[in-house]
Amino acid sequence: MIVAEPKPIKEILEMVRDLKKILIVGCKGCVTVCNVGGSKEVAILASTLRIAAKKNGKEIEIGEETLERQCDPEYIEEIKDIINDYDAVISIACGVGPQFLSERYPATRVFPGVNTRFMGGAIEHGIWSERCAGCGTCVVHYFGGLCPIARCSKSLLNGPCGGSNNGKCEISGDVDCIWDIIVRKMMEQGRLDELLEFKPPKSWMTARDGGPRTMTREELVK
Amino acid sequence: MTDNTPQIVAFCCSNCASAAANVAEGMKMTMPGNVKIIQVPCTGRIEVLHLLKPFEEGADGVYVAGCQEDSCQYVTGITKAAKRVAHVKKILEELEIEPDRIEVFNLSAGKGQEFVEMAHEMTGKIKGLGPVLP
Repeated sequence: MIVAEPKPIKEILEMVRDLKKILIVGCKGCVTVCNVGGSKEVAILASTLRIAAKKNGKEIEIGEETLERQCDPEYIEEIKDIINDYDAVISIACGVGPQFLSERYPATRVFPGVNTRFMGGAIEHGIWSERCAGCGTCVVHYFGGLCPIARCSKSLLNGPCGGSNNGKCEISGDVDCIWDIIVRKMMEQGRLDELLEFKPPKSWMTARDGGPRTMTREELVK
Repeated sequence: MTDNTPQIVAFCCSNCASAAANVAEGMKMTMPGNVKIIQVPCTGRIEVLHLLKPFEEGADGVYVAGCQEDSCQYVTGITKAAKRVAHVKKILEELEIEPDRIEVFNLSAGKGQEFVEMAHEMTGKIKGLGPVLP
């Protein structure tokens, strides 16, 4: 999933400081699963903004909507009849959501209510960890099913580096050295020799380095 | 807050706090009238939104009264509630509202006197802080 975290309340309050009618829009996709942008979080943010308004003696009207997804135009369409009733929208989807809203409703001011962090998963309830860097050319099968691009601080393909220390990365004792894990796993599988094969420098053309990306699947295009 | 009497909402676990309330009643101890009690089957069910709503509706303080951490009827209910109270404290801080306006208390079923005392303690503390609204 795409993992996000709430923006500091003060930052959101500053964004909407002079606005009186605000629509908070959540998303039932990834951000619901990582407990940051679903209907519950829409209600929490709405309540928080109402408390702030009361404390500051301001009148405020807040609408609450949660769309099936904010990364598909048909769901963005669902608020077309109400969006003009508001001065602005706070989207608490990942960074895709506020942009799809801004593109569909060009006259409306759209603010992001969350910070999008990474593509990853929940390693336990309440703790998420990065797993994919979206490089566009998956190579995890060379590395015991683990991704050194997303999970090695240097994205080394022929690791580990000299900073690997007792299974931890030199950047922090809290960060596992993925190369330590890869090597151990390949040893367990009796495939350590595969790691001796030199991996040439990766082409990053399919990654973000190649510029903004678009993907077309002709069989799906109407 | 009316006439310097704070409005307080107390979420009380039906397994311990409510039983403690019955004990207090048996002891002829009276709860302060400004504390509105909401009984819940387990404090673990109380969400962040439930804790914020009273403030939104004008309450001056909120507290959760639940089990002792080592004897929660549903094992982790009060632990979860305590984490959510801590989260709401952070939200209040960000809004520049005193985080002491929300608290969590642990007690057991027989602690009738403590149940009433915590209501008075919270009332006194919130009275000292004054109303949330200017």
